[in-house]
Parts: sequence; C-alpha cells; structure tokens
Amino acid sequence: MISQLFILSSKGDNLIYKDFRGEAGSDVINVFYEKVTALPGDQPPVVMNHGDLHFVHVRQGGLYWVATTTADSSPFSIIEFLNRLASLVKDYCGDLTEKAVQMNFALIYELLDEVVDYGYVQSMSSDVLKNFIQTEAVSPRPFSLFQLSNVGLFGAETQQSKVAPSSAASRPIQSSREQGGKSEIFVDVIERMSVVIGSNGVLMKADVEGEIKVKCYMPNCSEMRIGLNEEFSIGKSQLRGYGAAVRVDEVSFHQAVKLDEFDSSRILRLSPSQGEQTVMQYQLSDVLPSAPPFRLFPTIERDSGGKLLMYLKLRCDLPPKSAAINLCASIPVPKGSVSMSLELSSPDQSAELKLQSRSIEWTIPRFPGGTQLSALFKVEVPGLSPSSLMEVGPMVLNFELPKLTVSGLQVRFLRLSPVQPGPAQRWVRYVTHSDSYILRI
Amino acid sequence: MPYLGSEDTERELRRALCNPHIQSDPLRYRNTVLKVLRAMSQGVDVSGLFSEMVKACATVDIVQKKLVYVFLCSYAALNPELSLLVINTLRKDCQDPNPMVRSLALRNMTNLRLSSLVEYVEQPLTAGLRDRAACVRRVAVLGWAKIHNLQPNSETDAAVVNELYTLLRDPDPVVMVNCLRALEEILKEEGGVAINKPITHHLLNRLKECDVWGQCEVLRVLQRYRPQTEDELFDILSLLDASLVSPHPPVMAATLSLFLGLCSALPAVGLAALERVRAPLLTACGSPSREMRLTALCHIQLLLRSLPGLMGAHYKRFFCGYAEPAYIKQRKMQVLVELVNDDNVAMILDELRGYCTDVNTDTAQAAISAIGGIGRSYSDRCLEILTGLLGLKQEHITSAVVQTMRDLVWVCPQCSDTVCEALEGCEDTLQDSQGRQALLWLLAVYGERVSSAPYTLEVFIDGVRSETSVGVKMELLTTTMRLFLCRPAETQDMLGRLLHYCIEEETDMCVRDQGHLYYRLLHRGIEETQKVLQGRRSDPSLGVLIGRPAEPVSQWACSFNTLDPLKQGPVETEPPSRGSPEHVTFDPKPNTDLSETLDCSQIVKLHSASDRASGCSDSSAEGLASSVAPPLSLSLTPVLSPEEFERLWLQRQDLHTEQDAEKREEEEDCACLVEHIRGPAIAHCSPQSLQAAMQLVNIQTLAFTPPHTLPWRVYLFTHTQHTHSGNAPHSTLIVGELLYTGEANRRVRLVKTGSDDGVLVEGSEEEHVREGGDPTPAGLRESARENGEEEEVKVTLKQQPRDDSALKGFLSILTTVLHTLSSERA
Repeated sequence: MISQLFILSSKGDNLIYKDFRGEAGSDVINVFYEKVTALPGDQPPVVMNHGDLHFVHVRQGGLYWVATTTADSSPFSIIEFLNRLASLVKDYCGDLTEKAVQMNFALIYELLDEVVDYGYVQSMSSDVLKNFIQTEAVSPRPFSLFQLSNVGLFGAETQQSKVAPSSAASRPIQSSREQGGKSEIFVDVIERMSVVIGSNGVLMKADVEGEIKVKCYMPNCSEMRIGLNEEFSIGKSQLRGYGAAVRVDEVSFHQAVKLDEFDSSRILRLSPSQGEQTVMQYQLSDVLPSAPPFRLFPTIERDSGGKLLMYLKLRCDLPPKSAAINLCASIPVPKGSVSMSLELSSPDQSAELKLQSRSIEWTIPRFPGGTQLSALFKVEVPGLSPSSLMEVGPMVLNFELPKLTVSGLQVRFLRLSPVQPGPAQRWVRYVTHSDSYILRI
Repeated sequence: MPYLGSEDTERELRRALCNPHIQSDPLRYRNTVLKVLRAMSQGVDVSGLFSEMVKACATVDIVQKKLVYVFLCSYAALNPELSLLVINTLRKDCQDPNPMVRSLALRNMTNLRLSSLVEYVEQPLTAGLRDRAACVRRVAVLGWAKIHNLQPNSETDAAVVNELYTLLRDPDPVVMVNCLRALEEILKEEGGVAINKPITHHLLNRLKECDVWGQCEVLRVLQRYRPQTEDELFDILSLLDASLVSPHPPVMAATLSLFLGLCSALPAVGLAALERVRAPLLTACGSPSREMRLTALCHIQLLLRSLPGLMGAHYKRFFCGYAEPAYIKQRKMQVLVELVNDDNVAMILDELRGYCTDVNTDTAQAAISAIGGIGRSYSDRCLEILTGLLGLKQEHITSAVVQTMRDLVWVCPQCSDTVCEALEGCEDTLQDSQGRQALLWLLAVYGERVSSAPYTLEVFIDGVRSETSVGVKMELLTTTMRLFLCRPAETQDMLGRLLHYCIEEETDMCVRDQGHLYYRLLHRGIEETQKVLQGRRSDPSLGVLIGRPAEPVSQWACSFNTLDPLKQGPVETEPPSRGSPEHVTFDPKPNTDLSETLDCSQIVKLHSASDRASGCSDSSAEGLASSVAPPLSLSLTPVLSPEEFERLWLQRQDLHTEQDAEKREEEEDCACLVEHIRGPAIAHCSPQSLQAAMQLVNIQTLAFTPPHTLPWRVYLFTHTQHTHSGNAPHSTLIVGELLYTGEANRRVRLVKTGSDDGVLVEGSEEEHVREGGDPTPAGLRESARENGEEEEVKVTLKQQPRDDSALKGFLSILTTVLHTLSSERA
C-alpha cells in the first residue's frame, strides 16, 4: 500500500507529488530530501523511516522515485512498482529525464491516477492503460530518424544501413498512433557480464545475465513469433542440436509468453503490448562459452627514481570481425599519487590521472578483436613504499560489445501476424555490457 | 514555496479562465487549465482559482476534466463550501454513457476527502457497484473504503459489506482484489475480511487471472487462513508451487511468506520451500535494478539464518561488482562471511582483500571487519592479510585493522602473538578515536608482550591535553594502569603525570572520576588494584560458540517480505557475525570497561571463596594466579536419562538439607553450589536457542518450562573432564537447575559452598568497586539497569564427585552462556 508518491530531481526539486490516502502532509518531501542530503556520499539507503512513515526510493534516470508506506508492506512489491512506474513513464514520455518529466507532468498525473487508486496498484500493463490515457506526450526534442549525430549504444557502425540508431527506441509509444506512419518493432538482446580474472590469468568468476526486450510501436500486431537458436539449451545436462551449443543455466519468461513451441523448436509466441516488455530473462554462471574478451598482462615496478612504473598490455580476444567500443579501463593507483606521464600505443587512446578517485582512466574508443594495445604509465608518488604496490589494481573495464552476445544467443527470425500492411520495420539488436569486468593485477 | 509574483500569476490566470473567447475554444481552454496546474505543481498557491476551475470542470473534453480534478482534489480541503458546487457536475458525470467518464467522476468524488460530502456520494457509489463496466466497479469498491475511513466512527453498513462479499465473485479480477482490499479496511476492527474455506478456494482458483499486484494482495490476505486438514494444506501448497518460482520477485516473496505461515507446524516443508526459492532469489540478486538487488540480498540474509548452507555453492554470486553502491557491497560481504567453508575460504578471502583498498572508506572498513569475522574460524590466513594491510600505512585501513584485531583477539586469544607483533609501529598512522581506543585496549591487555608499549603510551600521555575524545582518555587511563601493573618501572612516572592531569586539569566529569577511582584504588595497595584491574581474559573454551546455530524459520518468518530486513543500518561497518554472541556481550567498548571489571571481580571472588572452602588455603594472589583456569572440558557422554537425573537430583536434595542440619564433612564426594547470576533476561529466550547454545558448550538441557511462565526452570547436566596437574583425567558429573522467579530480587549474592568468611570478603569487595564505579556513565547505566529491571537467575548446581575448580570453571562457562543469550536477545 502506497500512501504518497513523489518524484524529485537530483537537486531536490519536486516534480510530481501525489497523495493517495491523505494520511500525511506534503512536508514529507522536505523530510525526505533532508534525510538524503544529510548522509555522506550519494548512496542513501533504499529504505529510510521518519517515525511511522517509511520512505522507499529508487534512482532512475537521475531522479528519486519515492513512495511512502507502512512498515509491513512488501519491499519487493514497492520497488518493483517504482521501477515499473519509471519504465511506464519512459514509455509514455519517450525519455526519462528531469526535463521530460517536467514537461509531461499532466500525463504523469493522469498515469498515476489510473495506475494507483487509494494506494493500491490497479493495473500497470500498457495494454490496459492505453485505453485510459488521453493526454499526449510532449517530446523535449522532435524525433527524427535522421538525427544520426548521437550515435552511441547500438550504432557504432553507421555505414551499415541495417543498424538503427540508439535513440530510435526512445520516443513516446503513443506517437505511433497519431503520426500514422512508423510501425516498428525492436527486439533487443541485452547481456550484462560480470567477470573476475585473477592475477594469474585464471577466470575466477564469470556470470552473464541476459534479457530479451521487445519494444513495440505497432498498434495492431496480434501475435509475434521469435525464433531463438535451435541449439539453445537450458541447464547443465541438456544438449541440443549439433552445432555449438548455446547453453544457459536458468530462464524465466514473461507471463504473456506462450511456450508451446519452445520445447520443440525454440520459438516464443507472444502478443506484444505497446511499449517495452522484458520477454525473457536468462542467466549463465561460472562458465563462458568462449574465452573472456579481454586479458591483461601487467608489469608493475618501482623504478630507481622512486616512480611507479606500470606497463600494461591489454589483449582483446573477441572474434576478428567484432570490436569493443567505448572501452574505459580504470586502474587504482597508490594514495598520494601526484602526477603521471604516459605512452600509449595509438593516438586515439587517451588516459588521465583522476586524483579524486585516485585512479588512472584509460579510454579506448574502439578496440577490434584479435588485437593488442599497450600503455606505459609513470606515476609520481612521493614516498612510494614497496607495500604501496599492493594498492595498484585491480583494473576495471567498462565497455560495450555491439552486435554480440557472449552467450551466443541469436534470434533466428521474427515473424509478425497478421502480416503488417505498409512498411513495418523489424529491428533485432544485440549488445553486451560489462556489468563489472575486473582484472586482478 | 510561494513565488513572489504569485498574485500576479493568479490574477492573470483568472482573467484567462474567465475570458469567454478562451472558454469557447476547447484547445485554448485546456491549455489555460494546464497552465494553472503547472503553476500548482511548481508550488504557486493558486487555490484562489477554485471557483473558476469548478466551472472549467463542466466540459466534454476528458483531458481537461482530468486536469481540473487533479486541481480540485488538491484544494478541496481548503474550500469545503465551494466543493459542494462540484458535486453536481460529478453526479451528472456519473450518469454519463461513457464508462471512462463515470469511473473518473466516481473516483474523484471520493478523492475529495470531505466528510461533509459523504451523503451525496453514497448513492452514486451504490449504483457504481452494479455498473456494467468493470472500471467503474473497481472504483466504486475502493470508494466505499475511502468513505469508511473518512468517517471512522460511523457504523458499517451491513448491506454494503454483503454486496462487497458478493462482488468477490465478480468476473473482473481487479474488482475481486479491490473487494478484498476494501473489506480489509472496512472490517479492520473485526480483523479484516473473513477468510473461510470457500473464499480461500475461490481466491486460489482465480489467482492465475490476477496480475502481479493482485496476486500479492491475495496471497497476503490468505496468510490468515488455516487449513482444516493436512490434505487440504498440501493441496494448497501444490497449487501455489508455481508462484513460488515466479519470475516476479513480489509474487515469489508473497508466496514464500504464505508458505512459511502455512507450514509453521511442518518445518521440513518450510525448509524445502526455502530451497525452491533459491533460484528466483539469486536471479533477483542479479536484477538490473540495484534496489531490487538489495532487497533480495537482505532477504537472503534472513534465509541464511535458518539454512546456513543454502547458498554455499553460489558464493561467487555475492562477489561485488565494481560499480555497485556501497550499501550493496556491504550486504554482499556480510553474506560472504556467512558462506565461508573450507573449500571456498581462499577464494573469498582473496576477493575480500581486493575490497580492502576500495576508494570508499566505508566499503574498505567493512571488508576489513568481514575478514576479521572469517578470522574467527580461519585465524591464520586472515591475520596474514590483516598484517599485510597495516603495511599500507593508511589511516582508515590501519584503524579498521586494529579494531578488527581487537575484536578477533577477544574471541581467539591464540592470535595474540601475531597481533602483538603487528601492533609495533602502527600508532603513527592511527588518527581517529575509534582506532586509537582499540590500540590502547590491545596495549592494556598485551602490554607486557609489546616492547614499545610504554613509549607509545608516553606519546599519548604527552598529547593528552590536546586530546578531544573522552573515550580515548578513559581508555588511556585504564591502559596506563594496567601496564603499570605489569611494567611498573617504565610506567610509574607517566602514570603519575596522567593521574595528575586527570584529577587536576581535566574538565570532563567521567575522566576525572575515573582518575579519582584509580588514585584511590592505588592507595589500597597493589594487590587490591590487581584484583580489580587484572580482568578476566576471554575463555578459549567458548570458541565453539562462534558458529551460530541454525535458527528455526519462525524466528524471522514474520519479518519476511516487510521493510524490516532492509532497515537495519545499511552503513554499518560491522560484519554480520556481529550477531555472534561474544561480540555483542563482550565488545570491549571503552565505557564498559568498568562493568567488565565488576564482572571479573565477581568471578575472582567466587574463585577465592571456593578455594578456601576446598581447604587449600591459598593466598589471594595465588588464587588469582589460578584464575587462569586449567584446561577444563565438558562432555555429554555418558548420557543421563531423565529418570536418573531425577533420582540424582532428589538424592542430592536430601543430602543438601541434611547437610544444613549436620556437619558437612561427610559429604566428601559431592559439592553443592547456589549462585545468582545477574542480569540475564534469559527467561524470555526461546527454549530452542537456549538448548542450542547450551549444547554448543556441551551442556545438555533435560527439561524446561515454556518461556514467559513463572517460575521458570531449566534442568541441565554435564560431565566435566579436568586434568589435575599431570594426574590422570578426572571427571565429575554436574547436575543443575536454573530458577527464575520473576521477582526483582535484591542484589544479594551468596556463595554457599561453605565457609562464611568467603561471603564476607566478597561483599566488601563488591561494595568497594561499586562505590568507585557509580559516577561513571557506565556505572550509572549499569546500576540503572539493575535497579530498574534487574533479574536474577538462581543457579543450583550439584556435583559428584566434588571438584571445586571444575565446578567454578563450569559456572563461569554457564554464566557466560547465559549472558550471551540474554544480550543476544537484547
């Protein structure tokens, strides 16, 4: 049961406030913000209480989504509700920023009115809601497919006409209806990998969490069929097909997915509702089907002048046709580091010493598979002691692998029925993110 | 906050709203209303526009209607009279052919929250319950709950309640769930909606139709249902099995909660359910939403209390991601400490060591104390890491390491050598008061083994004038005193200076009083001082208590799926093993120093008294020396049957009474001891935890009264095995009774082992210490607690054959266990 709900910007501006039950005053916003700002760091606890009033909040899009409730309510439900609300707002407003929320406040009030009554969640499915929501979204900037300047996530290689720009799917779902054109559907396979590689190069931990998301802008699509790899197998024992098996440990599906063809031919059937839906989630633990994408060969020593010398060789073991983009490596350096000189193996890389987080940030815009990069950092650390070398490392990598899934999961085909009249565009996009990729030194 | 120009804004908006040209153009009218709302959400007070907005409400444009309603609901409370005007429009809208308009009107009519309007609302609400459109029925059902809460004193209309019960069979699942919600609120005084067998089965059958939120609600309400037969119970459980592994964490949690409630009488089924939810919980732990991750982690911690092995194989899932927020990292470390076993200890320690140099100091310190927590079972490896960390010479790391070492040494005295070596030279790095207190405490206890201890202290004493922390000063006093006892030549001069400073210059009352106390104590002579200060060391035989026994599920089932598990201080830097007994009981906080000494003297007294009784008339100094008890072990074999126990107990009872009448020489083969143990609120402990704790130290409880009954008794027995200075092992049988009568007994402690002068000696000591101790905050707190809710458990022990040192050893173990238990409860 939710007593009040409010959305605050990161600076504490009140964007949306709705009191469902009239049990507490609106000063709770200030109480909440004072509590958040009184704490050091920017990571306030998820649950805070002020007397009998309990605040539960999530951070999405740089905003605080806060619900007040009683002590005995389920944290799972409330957090899921807040997350779902954020994604609904994203669906309806096209984007999840302070500006978008501010401009669409009337729409969000309308949404809240339909979603929650007297603190009880009524319905959050976009299928039901689309009948009730009348206000139109205001986009902060008009959407245009030709706006290719902000190519990021999915669109690393824009010379290939088959790639949709990353912003393609961030537009209000309702606009499809009025603008008449553009019936599109996006199927995104997104994987997040968390890997730890020991200092001896041994893979110590490898987890992959993946999901298939469908974002639908088609007003009249009654059924779609997504075909996955035939060799897709679940669990340790099961093996299918003759090709390289694509194996995951656990799978869960959205409740609307019909699985009658899944066992025989790995086909998911569903009738997509407008907006974004997570159709399938899966996990793979402890093993990777292929070699981990990056290996590090470090040499770290003190030179005669008392400087810290770090010679780092980073190898990318992806297939030669793929590449990692926006790679950012951060290496902690000893406390008290003052300055750094560096040599990098190619001009497009850059590196700098961040004193705030006492680490070196080494950025590589593009790192093709099968290649190797190296860097030499000389760090000036006054009073460097041998034990300070312990403070160096581990190296953390952040990167994206576009058009690649580590698990090997592929979408074989995507069929819509009834056959869509006019130009229906179907996009299948793959991306792997590094959730946490740690290379011990 | 109101804008400065709010009046201008309001005037302008009013003019626009009244402008007939705007009113005739729907789009412009709507935009004006939108402007009003924008002003409202920006904090401008636009309540003056209420009557204009009421007019704007009468429109065919649904968007405009919705906007106006948002406005009206916010300001209705300020304008109860004007709100009457809205009612007409709203009632008219309730007749509208469009169901959306009807539901909108009905919802906002009830959202105005004006009790004066209730009479106008009831009729449309009654009609709404029978509306054709489900969306209107949904609103109407909840509307009754709103009205009921507006007039809490009014009687509930039986007809409405009946109608709501009928609507539980509504074809629309949301209407059904809303009926449950409304009935829960309306019938709150009667304990909520009646959950009988037909309703339960109806709800269970329709569970599949509901969405996530509806399912959670139904599952929550069903928790009150008690199946009549076991068959029915298992039918329900198998029906719910699919929801238990639901991919939606809220449904999974609600189902597990229901399972645990239903299976409270069948613990095995409950544990099986915990196994089932392992996979979905682990999935939730890897959810993209970090808040969801945290929730899952906190609940995994609950589960681990009952099934410590549940996640053993999946420990890698709890390794921290680089970008995770500190609160998740700390929780994960807490879980990791719980999961340590022989196979994974190397991996986990390796991982934790990586976190020790984290940029976030809280995370680093949490990692260090997590290593300390593991150190209780794997001390060598952990100490190696901890001493290595000292080499980094960083303030926050050194401080955390020293504190961790202090906590570790307290439970694992065998680590003291390594710790003493490591302590040399780390005083320069320590800056914060917590770390310095820990260092001082370690120096106090192991001062004779750290060669540089006097020099370290000298630095502290020289700087005492600029010292700001009271805790450090108090600790410094105690340490200097203790060090003086073992290294008088080096410390005498600085002790003098310190005492002089504390008594003459110090402004803080506590420090000054403690200075006075020590000063007077020294006047009583060195032996007295030693008695008070040479505290008891932690008892190595208690090492086994570290492993926490698995708790029954019922201990935490009620807080499962509530906000409680998430609440307990997420920024704590202490590992989860902080719940482990010693840590809580004996956490050597600076201020408890004195009370600790009190406890010690009690045991020492017991020693000397019983020593005398046994006829070996040691001097008290020797008695002290022997207080480092010779190895004593307890065992449960041979097992004593209850009948045997009863026979022994009653036989001893007779002897005991006879013995009072006669001389006591006859009884050379058995001893009897009555002791009062202060403090423990032990009688409120659950029998399970008492039994588990006792079994850990090899004491068998034979029988006990249920908790919270008076008088409360526990019968127990054990065998002691005791090596008497090279003799063959000598074993005795101890049978005992714990009795708690519930009266706040006067604080009289008697040791009835025989000679009366033992009692006298101890009495005077006790008074002496107390006299000095009272003014300190610790003393005050202690005495307040004693006077307020002091409870004493009377312990009667009988031993055969007689062996006083074994008996007193046993008593000290028993006391510690009881204190541990009671403080764990506290």
